[in-house]
Amino acid sequence: MVDVALQGGTVQVAVQMDRAKVLQRLRLGDAAFRQITRAAAIVVLVILGGIIVSLVYGAWPALRTFGVGFLFEESWNPVTERFGAIAPIYGTVVTSLIAMLIAVPVGLFIALFLTELCPMWLRRPIGIAIELLAGIPSIIYGIWGLFVFAPFLQQYVQPFLIAAFGNIPVLSTLFEGPPYGIGILTAGLILAIMVLPFITSISRDVFEAVPPVLKEAAYGLGCTTWEVARYVVLPYTRVGVIGGVMLGLGRALGETMAVTFVIGNAHRISGSIMAPGTTISATIANEFTEAVGDLYTSALIELGLILFLITFIVLACARLMLMRLNARIGV
Amino acid sequence: MASRTATPLYAKRRRRNAINMGLALAATAFGLSWLVLILGVLLWNGFAGLSLAVFTEMTPPPGAAGGLLNPIMGSLIMTTIAVVLGTPLGILAGTYMAEYGRYDKLTSVVRFINDILLSAPSIVIGLFVYEIMVARMGHFSGWAGAVSLAVIVVPVVVRTTEDMLTLVPDTLREAAASIGLPRALMISKIAYRAARAGMVTGVLLAIARISGETAPLLFTALNNQFWSLDMNAPVASLPVVIFQFALSPYKDWQSLAWTGALIITLAVLTLSIIARLLAAKRKSP
Repeated sequence: MVDVALQGGTVQVAVQMDRAKVLQRLRLGDAAFRQITRAAAIVVLVILGGIIVSLVYGAWPALRTFGVGFLFEESWNPVTERFGAIAPIYGTVVTSLIAMLIAVPVGLFIALFLTELCPMWLRRPIGIAIELLAGIPSIIYGIWGLFVFAPFLQQYVQPFLIAAFGNIPVLSTLFEGPPYGIGILTAGLILAIMVLPFITSISRDVFEAVPPVLKEAAYGLGCTTWEVARYVVLPYTRVGVIGGVMLGLGRALGETMAVTFVIGNAHRISGSIMAPGTTISATIANEFTEAVGDLYTSALIELGLILFLITFIVLACARLMLMRLNARIGV
Repeated sequence: MASRTATPLYAKRRRRNAINMGLALAATAFGLSWLVLILGVLLWNGFAGLSLAVFTEMTPPPGAAGGLLNPIMGSLIMTTIAVVLGTPLGILAGTYMAEYGRYDKLTSVVRFINDILLSAPSIVIGLFVYEIMVARMGHFSGWAGAVSLAVIVVPVVVRTTEDMLTLVPDTLREAAASIGLPRALMISKIAYRAARAGMVTGVLLAIARISGETAPLLFTALNNQFWSLDMNAPVASLPVVIFQFALSPYKDWQSLAWTGALIITLAVLTLSIIARLLAAKRKSP
């Protein structure tokens, strides 16, 4: 088309009529392209809408049968067709919580190292290495967790924890029971390794966005590096850091394969974090293809709906916070 | 200097600084050691089972020798279809957001939703495709697997396309407009060309992302013990076979699972390193 247009302009053999036609064609093509791209952008919204509608549709039998009670029911019995979501929800929340407790401080310290301490030539390689950790597929974490990490915990770490906390009132329940290796704690630790790169790279990016003048002013007053990080960088980037943490949390809540390998798939709530448990995503992954009966399938889809709503809220908050920070920095 | 001004307060501040910087160093070592540990174990166990047979033979029954040919083919085919389906859609949507509707209300809504889809749990996307395809057609199929992977490709490509097109200087667009080029031609001949490296990076990252995806395939493409290129039937894929074999009690299967894991990881890491190099080449001049 461009050739036609250029020829029409330079060679001047075209009659007035033809020029009008060519221009008309170009205008039509432009309008068509605009509408096609607009439609594609709308498809993205349709996908989200489709996910919600299809999950509600699939979950409808369970929604109607169990109502709100589904959220608080502990039993999960395919034979009597009594299903409840509280055990998987509990597992999802607790594993994510363990992951966050470890990954947030470690991720922030790594980001601090990368932005303040690390020599320039080392920053890129370390940054890339941390991001490679984010690129490893979750099934690899799963197989590694099952064959390497869980046996290691079972042999060396869990007996130690049981012995160490066995006589302290509250902690003894938390770290009670035989060292299975697999369980809530193991899943939480693997999740921590998995979300660490997300938290690190976002915190690093927002730390780097702090205007140098602010830091230099603080250094000029005689602040130590830690004081600059704690009292200048962190307050300035707080919203962004929280956004990054929520983004990591969103990942942890929805993570499936790594957790499925090491959680133990037991539908119960146990006081001990070393006991096997289950999460929403692990339940779906383990049972969906084997689910017999409409109600069973539907209950699993309702679990998926709950998971999607939880992660949607967490991720939406994360994005809103990151957008607020960007608006302030003026990126 | 420390000795000259070492008031108790100053000494305390310095000590606290030293402790926290030590913690930062330790945290970095801690984070990197996982990468070394995971890759080390993976290489060790994966190479032990690596042989030509892995690429030429079918998945074996328990206790027999075999390879991973059918899941490798299945993964390749489904990934290809997913990229073919998802990339044009993502590029077009990203084009609208960066070119036509940069300041639209629609664009900011789509950007927000797209960012959420970008990190939405992939197992939910599997359930979505199960509902719209598997439940309707009445059987599991390779097509359903490919579509669920395509749903994961779209947000990645939308995001990078929009970002890369936004980086194209407006002076290029103005120059094109000043010689009377319609917008559609300006975008396809000028903007796409200027942003090409970045957009290719996006597609590579999307491929890296889906080649390890397991959860959405579990109940769309399911699995298949045998050689089958029929996309209307269940198709084996590398991640699902790894999942099945790793959880089995058979030593041969577990060893094949490690080898499969090694193949996936090497593919994913290669893709992301190439993507990174492309992105770096674009930035440096």
